Amino acid sequence: MARAKSACEFVAERDESRCVKCQACVRVCANDVHSYDGDTGALFSDYSKCAGCHFCEDICPTGALTIRRNLSDTRENANWTKDYIYKIIRQSENGGVLLTGMGNDRPYRNYFEHIVLNASQVTNPSIDPLREPMELKTFIGRKPDRIEFSGAGKSGGHVLKQKIPPQIELESPIMFSAMSFGSISLNACKSLAKAACDFGVCWNTGEGGLHSELYPYSDRVIVQIASGRFGVNPDYLQRAAALEIKVGQGAKPGIGGHLPGEKVSEEISITRMIPAGTDALSPAPHHDIYSIEDLRQLIFALKEATGYVKPVGVKIAAVHNVAPIASGIVRAGADFITVDGIRGGTGAAPAAIRDNVGIPIELAVAAVDQRLREEGIRNQASLIAAGGFRTSADIVKAIALGADAVYIGTSALISLGCHVCQKCYTGKCNWGIATQDPYLTRRLNPEIGARRAYNLLRAWSLEIKEMLGGMGINAVESLRGNREQLRGVGLSELELKILGIKHAGESW
Amino acid sequence: MERKAKKIVIKENYCIGCRLCEVYCITQHSKSKDIIKTYKGKGPVPVSGICFEEKGSVSFAIQCRHCDDAPCVENCLTGAMYRDKETGRVLHNREKCVGCWMCVMLCPFGVIKIDRAEKKVVSKCDLCIDGAFPACVEHCPNEAICLVDEDGKKIEKT
Repeated sequence: MARAKSACEFVAERDESRCVKCQACVRVCANDVHSYDGDTGALFSDYSKCAGCHFCEDICPTGALTIRRNLSDTRENANWTKDYIYKIIRQSENGGVLLTGMGNDRPYRNYFEHIVLNASQVTNPSIDPLREPMELKTFIGRKPDRIEFSGAGKSGGHVLKQKIPPQIELESPIMFSAMSFGSISLNACKSLAKAACDFGVCWNTGEGGLHSELYPYSDRVIVQIASGRFGVNPDYLQRAAALEIKVGQGAKPGIGGHLPGEKVSEEISITRMIPAGTDALSPAPHHDIYSIEDLRQLIFALKEATGYVKPVGVKIAAVHNVAPIASGIVRAGADFITVDGIRGGTGAAPAAIRDNVGIPIELAVAAVDQRLREEGIRNQASLIAAGGFRTSADIVKAIALGADAVYIGTSALISLGCHVCQKCYTGKCNWGIATQDPYLTRRLNPEIGARRAYNLLRAWSLEIKEMLGGMGINAVESLRGNREQLRGVGLSELELKILGIKHAGESW
Repeated sequence: MERKAKKIVIKENYCIGCRLCEVYCITQHSKSKDIIKTYKGKGPVPVSGICFEEKGSVSFAIQCRHCDDAPCVENCLTGAMYRDKETGRVLHNREKCVGCWMCVMLCPFGVIKIDRAEKKVVSKCDLCIDGAFPACVEHCPNEAICLVDEDGKKIEKT
C-alpha cells in the first residue's frame, strides 16, 4: 500500500469529566481540529490536523484539554527517527520542498549552555543593582577612533574635539528582530513597536515596509532595505532611526523570501508598494550587490539619501567565512553589522535549509569580534547578534563574547502568545501572530501584546543588571567583549580558542 | 439626579468569538458559581445576559447598556423593570413581571431575553450584582469587553 496517513503529531486529550461543551475550542481552532455534533451533543477532535499550538488548551475555561505528543511511534532507530520517516512520507505524497517556520530545531550544540559566568568574591566587590546605579544604556553606531578634549568650554566642562557619528540610543541592549508586516500581523507589529518605544529600544520593520498605522512608533524603528526593496521610499528612509541592508537571514542564508499572493492583502500591497494578490518575491541576492564595493555604493547611497544623520547597517547570516565578510562590511562603511546565527527564526523557509545552513551565533560573534579587533576596526561598527536568544543569560554571554546588542525575535513572539509550533508558513496562526486572516489577527490585542513584550524587556533587563552586579560590573559597556567573565564547560580546546575563553577551572 | 451606571464597552476589533463571556456570565448567575457544577450539576443552567453577534470575521458580545433614558423602564406596566437608585443599573424584578414583553419590543439593542415557558423576562445583564466585577469583563481573554465608569474611564479589577 503506497499510501500513508500523514503524521499525527499531537493528541488533544479531552477530560470528559471537566468538559462543559461550551464549544470554545471548536470556535477558535483555525485548523478545525475540534467539531461539535449537534445530533449527539458530542465533541470530536481530529488530531491529524493539530499543530500543537496550545490555543484551545489555553482558552478552555475548565482545563479539560491537554495537548500532548502522539505516543504512536516507529521502531526505535538512532538514524531513522519518526521525524525523518514522516518527512519522506510527506514528500513522497506532495513531491515538493518541505516548508517550516521559526528557527532551527535540530540538536546542534548550544554553546550558551556550555559557558558559565563569573561572580565577584573577596578580591573585588559585587554590586547590588537594587541599591546602586546600574547602566544598560547602549549606543549603536560607528565610534570615533580616538577621543580628544579641548580645554575648558564656556560652561567650565571639557569639549569633545571629535564629531560623534550618528548613533541610536538604547535603554537596554535588546532589540526586536526584523519581522515584516506580512510575515506577522499588523497587531503583532504594533505590539512590538509600542513595547520598544515604551521601553526605549528599537524594533525592526523587516522587509515589509512601514504601515501608516506604525508611523507613531517610527522614531524607534530600524527599517530594512532588502533584496525585494519592498516599501522602500524616501519617506520610509527619513522616518527611521536607522537603516539596515538585509543581505541574509539566519534561518535561510542564501535564500530569498516568498510571501504568497493570497497573503498580499490590500494593506500589505499598499505598504509593500506591490499589486494586491501578487506574490511578494525577494530575490536570493541583491541584484545590485555582487561585491563589497557594490555594498559600499548602496551604503553610501542610503547615507546620502538620509543626510548622514542615521546609522546604516548590514545584516548577514552567520556562515562559514563570517569574520572576513564582516570585516569587508565594516570597511564598506557600515555603522553596524547584524549577524544572524543558525538558530534564527523565519516565517517560512525550506526545512532542509533552516536545519542545515549556517553556524551558531556564539561562534560567529566571537569570531567577528576577534577579527575586527585584530584588524583594529572594531570601533568602526557596532555588532548586533541575532538568532535564538532564549534567556537574559544568553544575552549576557553574547555581549561578553563581543556583541554590542542583541535582536530577539522568537522570544518576543512567545511573549505575544506564540508556542513555537513552527506552522507560521501555513498562515493559520491561532495566536493571531503569523497570519493575515482577519478572523485570527484580532486575537492579538496590541494593548495586551505591547504590555507583555514590554514586561519581557523589563524582566530581562533586570536580570542582566543582577548578573552584571554579581560580576562587579556597573555598566554593560564594561561587559562588552569582556571574555574573562566567561568560562567554558565541557568544550574542546579548539572550541575554547574560537570562543576566546578559558575552560572552567583555569584562572590567571 | 439619579446616578448613572457603570458601562460595559465592547471593542469589537478584538473580540475573538470564543463566547467565554457567556460561559462566565452563566456561571456567575448560577447557584454554585463553579463552571463544572453549573453545567454538569442537576439544577437548570441559567441563561446568559449576553447576546453574541457574529458575521464573517466580525463578532462581539453585547449586553444591556443600562441606558440613561431606558425605554424598558419607562414603559414597564408593572414596574418590574426598574432603575436601581444607588447604582443606576437597570434591573428586573421577576416577581412583578407579567410577561407583556413590552421591554423586549422597545429595547433598542435587543438584549432582553424572554422565557417562553413561563412567559417572563428571563435574563438581562445586571452588571453582576452579586460579584464585585462583571464576570464577562474579568474573563474576556483578549480584553475585548471593558468596564468604564460614569465618565468613560476604564475600571480595572482590583
